[in-house]
Amino acid sequence: MTETIGTPILEAPLAEGAKDQHMVLNMGPQHPSTHGVLRLVLEIDGEIIVRLYPEIGYLHTGVEKTCEAKFYQQVVPLTDRLDYLSPMANNLCYCLAVEKLLALEIPEKAQWIRVMLTELTRLNSHLVWLGTHAMDIGALTVFLYTFREREDILRIFEAVSGQRMMTSYFRVGGLAMEPPLDLFDRIQAFIKTFPEKIDEYSNLLTGNPIFINRLRGVGYLSATDAIALGVTGPPLRASGVDFDLRRDRPYSSYEKFQFKVPTSTVGDTWARYLVRLEEMRESVKIIQQALDGMPEGPIKADAPKIVLPDREKMKTQMEALIHHFKIVTEGFNVPAGEVYQSIESPRGQMGYYVVSDGTAKPYRVHMRNPSFATLQALETMCQGRLLADVVAVIGSIDIVLGEIDR
Amino acid sequence: MAVDTTLIDKAAVLEAMPEHPALQALLALPHDALANHALLNHALLDARFDRGELTLTVAPERIREAAAAVQAAGFNFLEDLTAVDWLPSEPRFQVSYHILSHAMKDYIRLRVMLSGDEATLASITSVWPGANYYEREVFDLFGIRFEGHPNLRRILMPDEWVGHPLRKDYPVEGYR
Repeated sequence: MTETIGTPILEAPLAEGAKDQHMVLNMGPQHPSTHGVLRLVLEIDGEIIVRLYPEIGYLHTGVEKTCEAKFYQQVVPLTDRLDYLSPMANNLCYCLAVEKLLALEIPEKAQWIRVMLTELTRLNSHLVWLGTHAMDIGALTVFLYTFREREDILRIFEAVSGQRMMTSYFRVGGLAMEPPLDLFDRIQAFIKTFPEKIDEYSNLLTGNPIFINRLRGVGYLSATDAIALGVTGPPLRASGVDFDLRRDRPYSSYEKFQFKVPTSTVGDTWARYLVRLEEMRESVKIIQQALDGMPEGPIKADAPKIVLPDREKMKTQMEALIHHFKIVTEGFNVPAGEVYQSIESPRGQMGYYVVSDGTAKPYRVHMRNPSFATLQALETMCQGRLLADVVAVIGSIDIVLGEIDR
Repeated sequence: MAVDTTLIDKAAVLEAMPEHPALQALLALPHDALANHALLNHALLDARFDRGELTLTVAPERIREAAAAVQAAGFNFLEDLTAVDWLPSEPRFQVSYHILSHAMKDYIRLRVMLSGDEATLASITSVWPGANYYEREVFDLFGIRFEGHPNLRRILMPDEWVGHPLRKDYPVEGYR
């Protein structure tokens, strides 16, 4: 069963009759501005991009296959290794999908904490984007500023889950454990000063003539192209499509929060920069609302056969001990069926397609990642532009190769 | 339609939501004169509403038409395309298309069942160019070929790889 279709990329893609003038240039996978291990094959005419082919798969670890051999609860730690800049968004999407299969009701407090932490994840992810994007353009200083604030967020994550990056804090049926007592105060302290920090980044970049010249008018993507190519999230909204799953198909109590969805109709790299910057301000508002209105109550669903019991109960009650033992050794059975759950991750619409055959292991888990689809639009954005613009455009679409390759 | 409602077949779905634009679009497709089997006589083979999600099973040979029809009916955004291997049942492969409508803020799932180990299906890249990478991924990991695809090469696995890892007869672990 040998399958080889097509020919190796370096020989194939030259345009008809253009072989003499055009040059094929390889960029990556070890290139500092490709944000991971993205390899691009560029066909260039002088300095103008004629064609561009992303070659991906360098980080392919077969996560979807691995999921099929794990219990439902064992998949959670795999999910945050995909998009390592927004682990909570991955956790949330997977948990919501399995909870949909199980028809499980999640307590309100757990939902609100999920919203709050997912928005912190969005800030975390956007800070990395802003720092590296500016660094690619040549504005090195911003990186140091954004990573200073990112460190605060990572410390909050560490306090919550014991891990800075691979949090795995959201579990099927609620949260892993009670958050620490001073968590809300810490987040409040961070949120209080953060809007000023956004102004600081904005002061460094928004009026900076070099930054403006490198970004404005570069990497144009029309709304029609964006929809045809499956682009979602900030790049879609920067092209003038006003769609955000948090507002339009709310999940996990998002309908109880008031926030604006920043959009732009310009569709270039500069617009994407402004949209993300504005999104950070909106996230701060959502976190503030979550802190102000945080409901009281349990953080886990009342489903002893699915949710692990508290440590205290497990050590004092026979029933809880049995449930604990059964969940850990045998998992829990999920009714047969298929669900597709999508959320608005920092990069766009993330979807988990989970198929169950009624056993304790998922029959199929598929991750729809925003980066995978957005990468397809890279050629459209770069065609006919200068080679140096590729770096600016890659920075502006904010892809993470971990989730593209899976 | 309430999330906890379950409608298990085409008749029930047609009765409960006759106005659904995607259903109407698929029913309006012309009948296939060449199909001699009564079930194949229409593009829409089956429908199901479960856990708030509408699944429409489409005849494999008419998927491109069906995709164009639901696109025209307002489901304008192809969000996801993937496959499931149901080995050892027959038909073996299921290909799922998750399509979003920005205007209606709703999803539908188009589903195609394919029999045989060497399944082929028409590519929908002419309807949504964004299906390109997804179809390459399904080809790479399941070995389903897409006719009319502009560049059907492996995407995640190396070009010279043998086998299709997400098939159920492909081992999770290698030899030790």
